[in-house]
Amino acid sequence: MKEKLSSLWQKLFGDSVRAFGVVSVMFLASMAIAPAKNFFSEWRHYQHGYLSVIRNRSEANTLQRHFQGGIQQIWLPELGVVDRCTSCHVGQKEASLADVSAQPYRPHPVMPHKSEQFGCTVCHRGQGAATTVEEAHNSTLAWEQPILPAKFIESSCGECHRGPLPGTPQLNEGRRLLAREGCLHCHSVKLPDGTTMKPTDDPPSLSHIADKTTREWIFAWLKDPQAYAGTAIMPNFKLSDDDARDISAFLIANSTPVAGDMLAPSAKASSDPTAGASLYGESFCASCHAVQNAAGNLVGGNVGPELTRIGNKAKPEWLQAWLRNPRVYDVGTAMPHYRFNDAQLATLSGFLEGKSDSDYFANVHLDAATPEQIAHGKRLVSDYGCASCHEIAGFKKPENFAPDLSRIGSKPVTQLIFLPGMQHSLPDYIAGKIKQPRAFAPGLKMPQYTFTPVQVDALTTALLSLNERSYTLPSSLAIPATPESDYQSAGKAGKLMTDLACFSCHRINGRGGDMAPDLTWEGSSVQRDWLVQFFKNPGTLRPALIRRMPRFNFTDAEVAELTDYIMTVYQSPTIDRDSMPLSGYPQGQIELGKQLFYGKYSCQGCHIVDTKTDKGYIGPTLTNVGSRLTAAWIYQWLKNPPALRPGTIEPNRAMSDEDARAITAFLISQKKSGSAPVASRKSAMRNGAPMQEVAKK
Amino acid sequence: MKQYATMTLIFGVMLLTSCSRKSKTATLPTPTAFGAAIVESSGGKQLAQTGTFLPQPLAVQVNDEHGTAVTGALVRFEAAPGVSFDPPFSLTDSSGQVTTNVTLGAMPGRYQITAFALDKSQKRVELKIEETALSYQQSLGRHLNDQYCDRCHNAESTVERVSNYDNLEVKPHAFTEGDTMNKISDTDLSAIISHGGPAINKSALMPAWGNTMSKSDIRALISYIRAASDPPSRSAGPVYAAP
Repeated sequence: MKEKLSSLWQKLFGDSVRAFGVVSVMFLASMAIAPAKNFFSEWRHYQHGYLSVIRNRSEANTLQRHFQGGIQQIWLPELGVVDRCTSCHVGQKEASLADVSAQPYRPHPVMPHKSEQFGCTVCHRGQGAATTVEEAHNSTLAWEQPILPAKFIESSCGECHRGPLPGTPQLNEGRRLLAREGCLHCHSVKLPDGTTMKPTDDPPSLSHIADKTTREWIFAWLKDPQAYAGTAIMPNFKLSDDDARDISAFLIANSTPVAGDMLAPSAKASSDPTAGASLYGESFCASCHAVQNAAGNLVGGNVGPELTRIGNKAKPEWLQAWLRNPRVYDVGTAMPHYRFNDAQLATLSGFLEGKSDSDYFANVHLDAATPEQIAHGKRLVSDYGCASCHEIAGFKKPENFAPDLSRIGSKPVTQLIFLPGMQHSLPDYIAGKIKQPRAFAPGLKMPQYTFTPVQVDALTTALLSLNERSYTLPSSLAIPATPESDYQSAGKAGKLMTDLACFSCHRINGRGGDMAPDLTWEGSSVQRDWLVQFFKNPGTLRPALIRRMPRFNFTDAEVAELTDYIMTVYQSPTIDRDSMPLSGYPQGQIELGKQLFYGKYSCQGCHIVDTKTDKGYIGPTLTNVGSRLTAAWIYQWLKNPPALRPGTIEPNRAMSDEDARAITAFLISQKKSGSAPVASRKSAMRNGAPMQEVAKK
Repeated sequence: MKQYATMTLIFGVMLLTSCSRKSKTATLPTPTAFGAAIVESSGGKQLAQTGTFLPQPLAVQVNDEHGTAVTGALVRFEAAPGVSFDPPFSLTDSSGQVTTNVTLGAMPGRYQITAFALDKSQKRVELKIEETALSYQQSLGRHLNDQYCDRCHNAESTVERVSNYDNLEVKPHAFTEGDTMNKISDTDLSAIISHGGPAINKSALMPAWGNTMSKSDIRALISYIRAASDPPSRSAGPVYAAP
């Protein structure tokens, strides 16, 4: 062995000439490593591949001319972007390659931004400067940000766009859920512009809960909120029977009666289910509250809580007091003060009490609470952070109860603990935490939600958009969300509007719900007499809608107050309602308007003027429009509907002044003799019926 | 010496096995029955944005040669890389059905999904279902469709929304009617949308949207119409199928 080695040594380095020769050869070989590495690099391989893909195509010459060999780079110093992705993704700008499905040669689908302006990694993440697939796409020791899976791509839009976009439904939904499902009560989310994300739900105060419900109900609810109502926002804290018993004991013991004589005795609840159902329908309770029907489907809105088992929850005397005036128990409630009379209160409360499950309390057996149990319950309320969501007498809202999520979208994977079998990536971690929050370690407090897989993806998208890059991008790129205004109507009418919770459904000056029409310019739009009539007896304007204006038992003074305020204050600066007369248009012009209405513009496709011939169901019925709207509003509306109400389905027809004037003349002549409101009250009362009809169609 | 060799060998084997990657394929359940055919129950021909869940789960049913549902047959799903199923396989339930949530791939286009099972003679029976992944532009188009077009062009009513289709004297075409929609060129479609039906001698009940939607809005809408049509239009993009 030794001899062989020494002879080899002799052969190679025996004399100086040999040694010099061998060392030179070795040196040359090592010099060749770098160019060889370059020659055999991945990107060169892909560029060769691209050339052979385009060679036999009809537009090969054009593609060949566009092709640039070598490493390509998009450099945007102000965004911190050095992206060499286009070295391999050569055809990403060639729309004519749409039929090529092999990567990396596919053209990029149509996108809202240009890659020269934003590069690739701003949206897709990954390591832009890398020139191998492994390093560019995956996370390496030196690089924590792998390519973002396509399903979460909208999260990148959220780095700059803080408000909802038509092109990002998943991100919009995720943000909505984050605010609506209670996440933000415990987790705080600060945005790069310094604001904090605000929750949009309104968990009830528990300070007077003994007035409202029983300890048995609290126990059953705590054990499983979704068993009471599938739509319940409150998640399941997976409490043991003992813990639920003690918390319910504490909450009842801690509750104080509402000031005043809220629960004063009133009319005895009547049990006339037919009258109850018709009052429930007539009051349009279903616009906000859902009830499960016999088929198990939820019917109704989601502004207020589901009422399927309200009879198990609410004490009869509380229910009546609440219906009489909800603002006595909860000043800030979204529910209007309906002004029901005693007979109506008795009917409606009796009807709602009937909505109960006879065996809902079958497994609830509670003995009288002991002081130890109450003390333990108090500790649990503090431990679980109940006061993060609910107002509880004697508790302050805990600060930083749960981890801050302001930059969760950039959390390094090395700082995360994964469940066995889980893919080691940030999106999988976030989705996993939302799906099974308690699985990650013993003793975790985050409760169990019941999100669908689609909702989990939406939430993950919204959370991934809260990342480091949203802070480092130039602030000039940020597109802020339109902030919700804190508009408040003034004076006596303002108080009345708060009492009626108008803003729960209507939007005025940038504040309020979107269930009912925006009333910002209502004073320019409608005629005073019609408005008075409408308040007294709201008729049906849009036959296809199931959500409508309820009738409140107004006094004449209240109607006058509201009408005066709306007619004076809610005026459009561009429409002078007295600029066009409400009658006296020449018959010829009215005739021309009629022809245009039915011919050139075919308005009957969406509107009804003549109930015998027209069937249009999309826009409001116009049979009595001459008594409802002002001529000036109709004219301006015809000229450009989206300008008066952004997002309206009615298109801008770019009508000539002459056409618009003629149609205005025709419409303003549509006055029903006798001042009966637009449609009969009866059709509106069959609240349940239209829905069933719809379902059948 | 021999002892050392054996120990080294054992150690080496242990080292190798511990290094080898854990196989990811979970064990398939053993079928207790076999069917003769797979039929679609619901969930075919849906549209979803690239990379996201289909709005409705996909449900298929296994039948025997007499057409009655078979319980306990093993159904597996496969598709092009990037498409995922939750669960990817399952035994049919008491009504002979298997339901899975489908996530489409990252590329816009049509995806062919294969549901397959084995029959008594261990021969493969399969069902091919097509779903469509919408690009960003097509999603924008869908948004516009939902906002402006759907009320008349879709004859189906929902609880929240009554269709206006039945109220129209001249019936509009559903965007899924490929046989009709595919014959209208992009230029004509764009003209109808911008200038209304009379632009190509169609009903004035179709209003002009050219002052409401921008040119790029209309392009997006057309790209959505092309994606929604059945049979598919030529510009609906490639079909991705299992390799």
